[in-house]
Amino acid sequence: MVSQPLLSVNGLTVEYWARRGKVRAVEDVSFSIDKSETLGVVGESGCGKSTLGLSLMRLVPYPGRIVKGKILLKGRDVLGFSASEMRNLRGKDISYVFQDPMTSLNPVKKIGAHFVELIRAHEPRVSEKDAVVRTRKLLRDVGIQSERIGDYPHQLSGGMRQRVMIALAIALNPSLVIADEPTTALDVIVQAKILDLLNALRDTYGMALVLITHDLSIVLERSDRIIVMYAGHMVEYARSEDIYRNPQHPYTQGLLKAIPNVELDEQTLNAIAGSPPDLLNLPKGCRFWPRCYCAKEKCREEEPRLTCTGPDHYVRCGKYEEGE
Amino acid sequence: MDEPKVKKSMLSSLIPGLSSLSQRGLAGWLVVLGFIMVASIVVVTAISPWVVPYNPSQINVGKPLLSPNSQFLFGTNDLGQDVFSRVLSGGGIMLEVSILSVIICLLIGVPLGLFSSYAGGVVDRFFCLIMDSIYAFPGLVLAIAIAAMLGRGVTNMALSIAVVYVPSYFRVIRSQVLSIKEMPYVEAANAAGAKGRTVLSRYIFPNVVPSIVVVATVNFADAILTAAGLTFIGLGVSVDIPDWGWDLTNGRRLLSSGAWWVIAYPGLMIILLALGFTLMGEGLSEMANPRLRE
Amino acid sequence: MTLRTYVISRILLTIPMIFILLTMVFLVIRVLPGDPVLLHFEKQENPAAMEEMRHRLGLDRPLWVQYFDYVAGLFRGDLGESMQDYSSVTQQILSAFPATLELAIFSMIIAVSIGIFLGVEASKGYGKTRDNVIRVFGIVTYAIPVFFLGMVFQMVFGLGLHWLPVGLRLPPRMDLPSGLNVGSLHFSTGLYTIDGLLEGNVYKFVEALRYLALPSLTLGLVLSGVFIRLTRSNMFETLRLDYVTAARARGLSETTVTYGYALRNAFLPVLTMMGLQFATLLGGAILTETTFSWPGLGRYIVDRINFRDYTAIQGAVVFFGIFVSVVSLVVDLLYAYLDPRIRL
Repeated sequence: MVSQPLLSVNGLTVEYWARRGKVRAVEDVSFSIDKSETLGVVGESGCGKSTLGLSLMRLVPYPGRIVKGKILLKGRDVLGFSASEMRNLRGKDISYVFQDPMTSLNPVKKIGAHFVELIRAHEPRVSEKDAVVRTRKLLRDVGIQSERIGDYPHQLSGGMRQRVMIALAIALNPSLVIADEPTTALDVIVQAKILDLLNALRDTYGMALVLITHDLSIVLERSDRIIVMYAGHMVEYARSEDIYRNPQHPYTQGLLKAIPNVELDEQTLNAIAGSPPDLLNLPKGCRFWPRCYCAKEKCREEEPRLTCTGPDHYVRCGKYEEGE
Repeated sequence: MDEPKVKKSMLSSLIPGLSSLSQRGLAGWLVVLGFIMVASIVVVTAISPWVVPYNPSQINVGKPLLSPNSQFLFGTNDLGQDVFSRVLSGGGIMLEVSILSVIICLLIGVPLGLFSSYAGGVVDRFFCLIMDSIYAFPGLVLAIAIAAMLGRGVTNMALSIAVVYVPSYFRVIRSQVLSIKEMPYVEAANAAGAKGRTVLSRYIFPNVVPSIVVVATVNFADAILTAAGLTFIGLGVSVDIPDWGWDLTNGRRLLSSGAWWVIAYPGLMIILLALGFTLMGEGLSEMANPRLRE
Repeated sequence: MTLRTYVISRILLTIPMIFILLTMVFLVIRVLPGDPVLLHFEKQENPAAMEEMRHRLGLDRPLWVQYFDYVAGLFRGDLGESMQDYSSVTQQILSAFPATLELAIFSMIIAVSIGIFLGVEASKGYGKTRDNVIRVFGIVTYAIPVFFLGMVFQMVFGLGLHWLPVGLRLPPRMDLPSGLNVGSLHFSTGLYTIDGLLEGNVYKFVEALRYLALPSLTLGLVLSGVFIRLTRSNMFETLRLDYVTAARARGLSETTVTYGYALRNAFLPVLTMMGLQFATLLGGAILTETTFSWPGLGRYIVDRINFRDYTAIQGAVVFFGIFVSVVSLVVDLLYAYLDPRIRL
């Protein structure tokens, strides 16, 4: 029996209206997430992964707009939700962990107050006392001493602030948590701890996780499936083992090669030559061809479509289209 | 059907600047709109002597306090004067006063600002202190005080307004000059031995001009409102010349008679004139410093 | 810069500015026209009377002596004597001032309230109709001469609809609110609304409010444009901040997000702006008071101008100037105290 995926996204396209023209930050992205699954979304800065994350909660800031597609959460299209349904959904069914915890917490509100406000916004009948009890438990779950409940954000370290953000995200037991670069603002040692925490919480609470990052190594280890994004397009979508063992898109291959390996001696960093295209001035044909080592004539002419190259493996590349 | 098209192309070839302005987006449109408003009023006032249906100053051309009708488009006031004619010709004083005050401000404020900020040191501090003191003072109060002492008349009104406004020019110029003064190309010019005067006029001044223009338009708008205010208090000009401000002052006594037209139309004209300048100012300042996308 | 340094330097700055102000007024009123007494009498009919006035007011002494006396007098609180009847200008000003203060306070409250409300509403939809309409509204209200608006209101609300009174501060036969009277303690502010409350007389309070309504609405409306613009741009900036988006992401209601999160930050600049606008407010008060026959300092000045009472005009203008400087100082200090960057 095939159970319905928790989240199913179809042909999602997000546009930004800049002064000089329209930019499609996300174009024609489709994927699905099952309950308790971790999805990794990888790509360079500006590839649209953050926009993708925000769009799942319809938080794309003006002047951006979702112009096409469907986002089905448990079968219902989120794009058709009313404002109050969205408010209900946010924080409760889907929640978001932002990249920079310093700027994401209200500087003049105590930590505890954030939680109480959140809980009571969604469950107005809960008394303040009970909300505080729940807050303490949540803080303990993420590894923060509950005495910190009366502190202000600036009194906490970066790692602790991020834990607070995570705690806020799981407070109401959401089905899906989207974490946007949850570790980028932190130092390496803390990074690992936070990622472990996320995984542990995922297991305990049975929620799905979307991990957005530019670091493929993080996502290889800890996610079930991975989306690789480039210039707004989804260029590869597969299970993480397949990405590791059989990366098909040249960009993905490049990303894998770029991961530094501590065990080898004498390594030069294998960067991918070139830089991402200007979304206002996209090259004709495949968006990646200027940086692709195996670009052919037809890559310069036609934009490749997403092709299925195996069980649960999709690539958007000219190379695999002919095989159709 | 061809006529409107022909007219439009004539206009845009006559005023090439305007059409390029309208391409600059919203800011450009504001300037264009404001300019049209101001220009129309200026034109109407200028041609009014030939266009007015009745002599605006002549009393009893019709019975007093007639409401607007086909004979007197805007009705008549308590002296039996035709409000419409008065409206057409009443802008003269205000325009004169504002133009004069802007000229005075430019003649005094600009050189002073340039000199003071370029010179720096004690001189600069001294002028700054004076200018800040004037600036901090309630503008209208100062204008009223000066006008009260100087007496009535266009020049005196213009002077009072100018004194109040010079600090604005001073400050704007000064802040511009200070930032430009530090720029590498000015340093280079100095190092090459350029005289202070040359540096000022060829490097600094051209860059300051846009800001001056913006301040000037706001100055115009304020001058008009202040001139109206001064007239309202009784510090305006003598009675015979048609003037919107005077009409408002006079019309005040007529409120209870319900003769709204005596006040409404002149008032509306003042608003349009001030608004025209304000829009130009808004548009120009947006063009000069485009606000980051809000 | 620590708070203390700032406070001291700010206060020190005020002193020379006030001096310059005093000198300016002196120059304008005593020096500029040449002979204020001559101006007062207009025609040189009665040299004896002119001489007597000059002597009584000390205007026949050398200029620097006059200046010195003038400044010294100000320290004592003496703003001169009226040319009309040699009565104390200070007295007259102090009795007229509370009316202006009341008008100013209420107008400011209205201006800020309208400004914040509309500014927030505008910021909710950038570029959309609501935003543009509000922006236009802000620009247009600035271009309306305040006395014109006043007259329009008088016609519409007063004479047309008979909702609100159009002049003066209280109904003709009403006693003045007496303020606080407890035993032998008498305290009144001169602001009829407050005095009415202090007296415990709701009826007087309401009446005072009714008479205050149109003038303060007029002045407040004209002043609101600046606050609309300020709030709007601040809100735009703040609404894009991360923690605002994060708050939305937690599903908090728009009201909470707008007022609880974003507006908090917009508040401080509004405070500064209030201080800056105070000068404009007083200027506008003169015109408003004239329109509504409001017996405040503004109308006092206009009356004195009509009477060509130059010494009184001088006193009033100086008073205005000093008052504005002090308010400005207080606002700056308050801001410095509240601004976390300076405090923390």
